[in-house]
Amino acid sequence: MKRVYAREEVCMGCKLCEVYCATAHSEYPLDLVKAFLKQKMKPLPRILVEYNLSISFALQCRHCDEAPCTKACITGAMQKDSVTGIVSNDERRCVGCWTCILVCPFGAIGRDNQGHKVASKCDLCSNVADQTDTESFSNVPVCVQNCPNRALQFMDSVVEGEE
Amino acid sequence: MTLSMNTPDFLIERNRERCINCQVCVRQCANEAHGWDAEEEKIFSQDALCVNCHRCVTMCPTHSLSIRKFPLEFRENANWTASTMKAIYKQAETGGILLTGMGTDRPYPVYWDQLLLNASQVTNPSIDPLREPMELKTFLGRKPEQLRVINGKLAEALPPQLELDLPIMFSAMSFGSISLNVAKSLAQAAETLGTFYNTGEGGLHEDLYKYGKNTIVQVASGRFGVHSEYLNAGAAIEIKIGQGAKPGIGGHLPGEKVGVEVSRTRMIPEQSDAISPAPHHDIYSIEDLTQLIFSLKEATNYEKPVIVKIAAVHNVSAIASGIARAGADIIAIDGFRGGTGAAPLRTRDSVGIPIELALAAVDSRLREEGIRNQVSLVVGGSIRNSTDIIKAIALGADAVYVASSALLALGCHMCQKCYTGKCNWGIATQRPELVKRLNPEIGAERATNLLKAWEHEVKEILGGMGINAIESLCGNRLMLRGIGLSDRELNILGVLAAGE
Repeated sequence: MKRVYAREEVCMGCKLCEVYCATAHSEYPLDLVKAFLKQKMKPLPRILVEYNLSISFALQCRHCDEAPCTKACITGAMQKDSVTGIVSNDERRCVGCWTCILVCPFGAIGRDNQGHKVASKCDLCSNVADQTDTESFSNVPVCVQNCPNRALQFMDSVVEGEE
Repeated sequence: MTLSMNTPDFLIERNRERCINCQVCVRQCANEAHGWDAEEEKIFSQDALCVNCHRCVTMCPTHSLSIRKFPLEFRENANWTASTMKAIYKQAETGGILLTGMGTDRPYPVYWDQLLLNASQVTNPSIDPLREPMELKTFLGRKPEQLRVINGKLAEALPPQLELDLPIMFSAMSFGSISLNVAKSLAQAAETLGTFYNTGEGGLHEDLYKYGKNTIVQVASGRFGVHSEYLNAGAAIEIKIGQGAKPGIGGHLPGEKVGVEVSRTRMIPEQSDAISPAPHHDIYSIEDLTQLIFSLKEATNYEKPVIVKIAAVHNVSAIASGIARAGADIIAIDGFRGGTGAAPLRTRDSVGIPIELALAAVDSRLREEGIRNQVSLVVGGSIRNSTDIIKAIALGADAVYVASSALLALGCHMCQKCYTGKCNWGIATQRPELVKRLNPEIGAERATNLLKAWEHEVKEILGGMGINAIESLCGNRLMLRGIGLSDRELNILGVLAAGE
């Protein structure tokens, strides 16, 4: 399956990926200003830029082949789609027990405490309305589309043995 | 502490209705002009720290930023302008010489803009470059007095030549003054385009050896990074005597920019200042220059052309004649509008002469002396677009050097703060967090695009003149007419006035 891969050597830590991710998963997925200024709850990014001095890279759910979060989930909200391979959290069923956060080996799941308590994670923009007006970009996650330095790439697995 | 009389140069305007407090501007400004007030939960800006490089403006996802000239005005005075007065306040405070970067911003005449090009009408056909072949290939190097052919073959081998697919090369910028990612971008672009980039005097980083056949290696007064492997790695060797932005003075790369990689490449200790002396201490005459030219030729088995680069100064034509006779294959002349990573402001703004006049004078002199064939001429110093190139070639150049334009293609916004080492565009800096802002893959694409676009334009205009090979334009000053120039200037340029 296609995943988002970070190229640390050209990630400049601007966090525009976070801004666009938060917007895409907000009530106003096409309007940065409204998402941040009008929505009552602060929009949360599902991608996180890790940085220390000059080292920086963006991290999000790796959509593991054997995803521990899906096994740990107590309500069955966390599921890996057998066709697309995308691990997603059904927020209606999620009870906010944070067990998935506990077991995620990448620390890629966040907490959304603002309303109904839910685990918040990358869905590879599969639930995001088509953001773009060009077809060439459709299905490419917004973080990848909006990285100004090509530090994020959406491509087939580069890890051996991974699907 | 005493009162500082310095006032901000720029005003940062933030549209609060659009600012989403994402802090991209805060993270992107190496000058720390933007900051985050955690208590107020909003961004604040300090105008005095802004250099107007547009990094924040370009990166802001909601376009809420704009930079303007600071509105504060002194009492109007045509003689004591704001910049003149501010320079005095600064020097009174620091006691130092004023530093700056890039080419001069003074309103000197730009002769390119006062030269007009010809086109074919009725009596000679123009050519459509999309339908007919158009040759931009250029060979740089010494051309023999005559060609002797025996049994269909050349009797004597030609002197070494540089073969360019288009008459544009990237001029010298050292690793140290620019980041490694800039060098990688230009090296890759030169390879794709079939032309050359130039190491400057910073040596050749090990990652760049693979671009050797598209590299001109420079030997300058500091001799940094010069060794046998280096000389043989490139396609040509350039002896740098002078630079258009700062004729007559050397260079100084501050120790803070000499990190591990720069230190290894330049073969100097880490954190030590890299000082290039003003003169080459082994060159005090044309005869001494001959010696260095032939030492370098000997070291590279007479396989590589040697370029001698000088700044355009008052007696440039006599100097160029001497260089041709000293045995150089190519003379590079850098005009006074040429760029730099750091130069004393007063030198940059007042020393040297325009490249257009220098080029015309040199070409005329070499022709008069019958030695024009012995050298190729390359000119640089603010070549801004494709017509500057055509005009330069019509005035007598074989090819041009571009650097400022190439840096603009890579993101430079001409803020002239290269010497601070805090280039927000990842160009004139060695700070790792800033260097990585320039992705060499994107840089190479943009530099390639620029030169490809210029190549198209050059072909179009050549076609309009009815010329189908760039070599037919070289020194063809009948293709030029001057507008708004004095008789004296027209005379030096060797062109007729418009209407003549």
